[in-house]
Amino acid sequence: MTSLGEIPVRVEGETQVDFGNARPILGEVRHALARLLDSGEPTQIDLGAMPFGPGDEQRLLDWLGRGEVNASIEALGPTRIQETALRGVWLVEYLNADEQRIALHLEIDEVPRLLRAPREDLRDGLAELDARLADADGNDPTGPAAD
Amino acid sequence: MVKSSATDTAPGSSNETTHPTPSAPEHRGPDTMTLGESLRRNGVSRRGFLKFCAATASMMALPPSMALAIAEALEQARRPSVIWLSFQECTGCTEALTRSFSPTVENLILDTISLDYHHTLQAAAGDAAEHAREQAMHANAGSYLVVVDGSLPGPKANPGYSTIAGISNYDMLMDTVKGAAAVVAVGTCATFGGLPKADPNPSGAVAVQDLIKGKPVINVSGCPPMPMVITGVLAQYLTFGKLPELDEYNRPLAFFGQSIHDRCYRRPFYDKGLFAESFDDEGAKKGWCLYRLGCKGPMTYNACATMKWNGGTSWPVESGAPCLGCSEPNFWDAGGFYEALSVPPGKSGDTLLAAGVAGAAVGAGVGLMARGKAKSAAKSHQTVTVDELEQQL
Ligand code: SF4
Repeated sequence: MTSLGEIPVRVEGETQVDFGNARPILGEVRHALARLLDSGEPTQIDLGAMPFGPGDEQRLLDWLGRGEVNASIEALGPTRIQETALRGVWLVEYLNADEQRIALHLEIDEVPRLLRAPREDLRDGLAELDARLADADGNDPTGPAAD
Repeated sequence: MVKSSATDTAPGSSNETTHPTPSAPEHRGPDTMTLGESLRRNGVSRRGFLKFCAATASMMALPPSMALAIAEALEQARRPSVIWLSFQECTGCTEALTRSFSPTVENLILDTISLDYHHTLQAAAGDAAEHAREQAMHANAGSYLVVVDGSLPGPKANPGYSTIAGISNYDMLMDTVKGAAAVVAVGTCATFGGLPKADPNPSGAVAVQDLIKGKPVINVSGCPPMPMVITGVLAQYLTFGKLPELDEYNRPLAFFGQSIHDRCYRRPFYDKGLFAESFDDEGAKKGWCLYRLGCKGPMTYNACATMKWNGGTSWPVESGAPCLGCSEPNFWDAGGFYEALSVPPGKSGDTLLAAGVAGAAVGAGVGLMARGKAKSAAKSHQTVTVDELEQQL
């Protein structure tokens, strides 16, 4: 399927207009950062639920800037994570397998949630490693361990 | 927005669910697997699942912090059986749903419901199709969902206007909903009668809620309805096993709780009294409010202003077109699409300008006036020609 981005559309005029819908989000981010500092409580803001006009999202992202960290996760399509110039404020873009956006969140946290390994995965990882070690022991050319 | 914490719990515990009790996991076929199992079987990792839940929260218009609660609930959720009936409709609703970008969360939700009968999408035809419907009704008695798109000739109308396999729409609906847990009317035809009901309503079309008594009816209006809202309602049922909170027209409040006008990015211009006067004047180019060009945003309740269309690309007002109010009852007979709401036909825009200057304070009143006006327009059934339309613009 041709993606919408491939259709040559020239937008006139209103892209330069500031609809004023981006700035209030900064206030929300400020509260969230203060809360993270005070109580360690993280916050997620769904940017898809904001009444943004053309250019509002870009204006917000320009204000937030780019930080040092970016990461990408491959699970049910890519997820791109970019730290903003404000440490602890992360832009998390969820994409489907066709690289179309399915959600855009701001996460205010030390580390975005999706980057942390789920506990069940740690357990599975441990079991997997044990199995491999057992397997490796069985195939050890020097034979089984003495004890 | 709202906090996130690992202690969030699902609003609907598994005790409240209306799904039947699942059978033992090892014996589960595709129809009895939980959603969690079904996704994992398709190779979706735990991170993928969490991502799915984050996107589902957005789709259900819930705060992102609900993702963990959704994940917990979905682990247990069973695939509900869905019977989809299409009556007097244009297939636009099904198109909207299935032509959304793939593979998306919507598709995943569709994959995880058991769509046992859908005239347009199923391969079976004739007796085999009707047999599938009866079988789904029998196997899932009391727990299946019936989704309806399209209005249908009422009990007093000539049933010959719309039949399927020789069965009148009315008989098929009444027979199918008997064992249903709930009915979801999708699109403005099913919810309010829609275009088939437009004056003079030759087929005697009625809405689904006019006929169903004693069963919950959820109305997902819109012409077409937003795909994310259709799947959002199904996802809500799938996740929490209960039906959403509804407004006075039985529409889910999560999506229809706020007017287009209240969430419109052009609202600051409305509040300042800055209106586009034609589709190509300076105001239009600067993105001013489309009220004077007939925008029905103040009286229309839907999620377009934030969820947008075509994968979040745009929505009518963003494309410079006034909202037609397609999710409201009677929008089809409510006067010209390009007539400003509170201006009586033929008069200048003075009233409107006053409304614009007074801005927000007047906003609510405008909605009420608009509903009154829609009623009177429906009574006198104003018609409009292309020439008249052009003159007005
Ligand atoms: S009248 Fe229409 S364009 Fe103007 S602010 Fe309301 S919804 Fe937006």
